Amino acid sequence: MATCRREFLLSFRRKSDLVNPLIFFLMVATLFPLGVSPEPGFLAQIAPGVVWVAALLATLLSMDALFRSDYEDGSLEQLLLSPQPLFIVVLAKVVAHWMMTGLALTIMAPLLGLMLFLPSEGMPGLMLSLLLGTPTLSLVGAIGAALTVGLKKGGVLISLLVLPLYIPVLIFGSSAVQAAVTGLPLGGYLALLGALLALALGLAPLAISAALRISISS
Amino acid sequence: MAEKKWMPRWFYQLASPRWCYEITGKLLPWFFAAAVVLLIGGAVWALLFAPADYQQGNSFRIIYLHVPSAILAQSAYMLMAVAGAVGLIWKMKVADMVLKSAAPIGASMAVLALATGAIWGKPTWGSWWVWDARLTSMLILFFLYLGVMALNSAIENESTAAQASAVLALVGLVNIPIIKYSVEWWNTLHQPATFKLTEKPAMPAEMWLPLLVMVIGFYCFFAVSLMQRLRNEIIWRERRTGWVRELLNKQ
Amino acid sequence: MSFDSFSEFLSMGGHGLYVWLSYGLGVVILVANLIVPKLARDHLLKEQKRRLRREEGVR
Repeated sequence: MATCRREFLLSFRRKSDLVNPLIFFLMVATLFPLGVSPEPGFLAQIAPGVVWVAALLATLLSMDALFRSDYEDGSLEQLLLSPQPLFIVVLAKVVAHWMMTGLALTIMAPLLGLMLFLPSEGMPGLMLSLLLGTPTLSLVGAIGAALTVGLKKGGVLISLLVLPLYIPVLIFGSSAVQAAVTGLPLGGYLALLGALLALALGLAPLAISAALRISISS
Repeated sequence: MAEKKWMPRWFYQLASPRWCYEITGKLLPWFFAAAVVLLIGGAVWALLFAPADYQQGNSFRIIYLHVPSAILAQSAYMLMAVAGAVGLIWKMKVADMVLKSAAPIGASMAVLALATGAIWGKPTWGSWWVWDARLTSMLILFFLYLGVMALNSAIENESTAAQASAVLALVGLVNIPIIKYSVEWWNTLHQPATFKLTEKPAMPAEMWLPLLVMVIGFYCFFAVSLMQRLRNEIIWRERRTGWVRELLNKQ
Repeated sequence: MSFDSFSEFLSMGGHGLYVWLSYGLGVVILVANLIVPKLARDHLLKEQKRRLRREEGVR
C-alpha cells in the first residue's frame, strides 16, 4: 500500500507523464479523419478499432517511463532488496501506472468516440472494454519495460516486444465495442477481457519481477 | 541444487559445453545426410509423383513446403521457450545458447511459411494476401521471433541477454494459444467461411506420405542448422577455456 | 508419375510460376540456413586462431 501511495504522489508530481499519453491519444484519433476521410458514416464504422488502437499506442508510449526514473536514481535496486515481496511491489507500481494512463484514457475515450461519430449505443461498450482491457495492456507492457530498463534505447524495443502480445486484447476490445454498436450482448466479450486480465494479474507480476532482477543484476 | 541430482545423467552432461560440442560433432553428419535424403526425396515425390488436387490442381504441391515450415516455425518457438526455461531454472549455459541459435532458424521458417502461403493464396484466393486466421497467427509468431531476436541483440552482456530473452520467450509461449484463439475467433467474425488452404477432408495416402517425409526432413534440417549455430556459439563463449584452445591449435 | 512430359512438369498445369517460386524460395531459405552458420564458423575459427597466436606471441 505504501508503495502504491508513493507511486501516486510521484506520478502526480511528474505531470507530463500523465498528460503526454492523453495528448497522444487525442492526436492519433485526429489523424484518422484527416488521413482517411471525414465522412461520418465511414468514421463511425472504423471508430471502435481506431479508439482501441489509439489507446493501445498511448499505453505503449507511457510504458518506457514506468521503471526508468527509479532505475536511474537507484531506488529500483533498493526496491528489489526490500523485505516486501516483489510481486506485491511490482503490482502496486503497475496499478499506480494504470490509474495514471489506462484509467485516464478510459475516461477520455467518449470524447474520441464523439469526434469519430461513434453511435451513442457504443459508448458503454467502449468504456467497459477499455476499463477491463487497459489494465492488461499495462501489465503486459510492464514486462517489456522491465526487460528493457537497463538499456539506453529501450523505447522502440519495447514496442517490438510488446505489440504482438497486445493483439488478443485489441481483438476482443474492439469487437466488444462493435457488438455494443450493433446492439448485440456484450457479456461474452467482457468475460473474455476479464479472463485475460485475471491471467495477466496472476502471471505478469512474476514475469516483471524476474525481468527486473535480470535487468538489475547486470 | 548441485547436491540433488534428480535428473538423468545425460541432462547434466548436456550442461557441459565441451561434451555438447563433441556429441553434436558426431551427430551432425548423420542428421545432415538424413536431411538431404529426406528433403530431396520428399521434394521429388511431392513434385513428380503426388497426385494433383482435384480443386486446386498443381498449386497444391506448395503444401509440401508450407505445412512443414509452419510446423517447424511453431516447434522451434516451443523449443526456444523450453530452452529458455531450462536456462533460467538450472542456469545452464548450453540452454541459453540453444535459445539464441533457435531464434533465427524459427524466424526464417516463419518467413517461408508466410511466403509460401502468400504465393499459394494467389491462385487459390486470387490475391497474394488474405487475412486468413492461420496466416495471421503465423505473422504474429514471426513478430514474436523478431522481438526475441531484437532483445537478444540489444543487450550486450551475454548471460543477461539470454535470461531476458528467455523470459520474453516464455511470456510469448503463454500468449501463443491466446493469440491463436483470438485470431481464429476474429477471423470467423469478419469473414464468411472461405476456402481454407490446408484443411482437407481425408487426404489420400499418396498425398500425405510425401508430406510426412518432408516434415521429418525439415526437422532433420532444423537439427543440422541448430547444431551448427550451437557449435559456433559454444566456441565463441568458451574461447578462453583450455579445450577450445587445444581444438583451435589442432586444426 | 503425374506428368507426361517435361514441359508439362514445368508448367504445372498453369500454376508453374507459383509452384516454382515457392520451391525456389524454399531452397534459398534452407540453403542459407546451412551456409550462414558454416561461413560464421569459418570466420570465427580464423579469428580465434589469430587471437591465440597473438596472445602466444606476447608471451
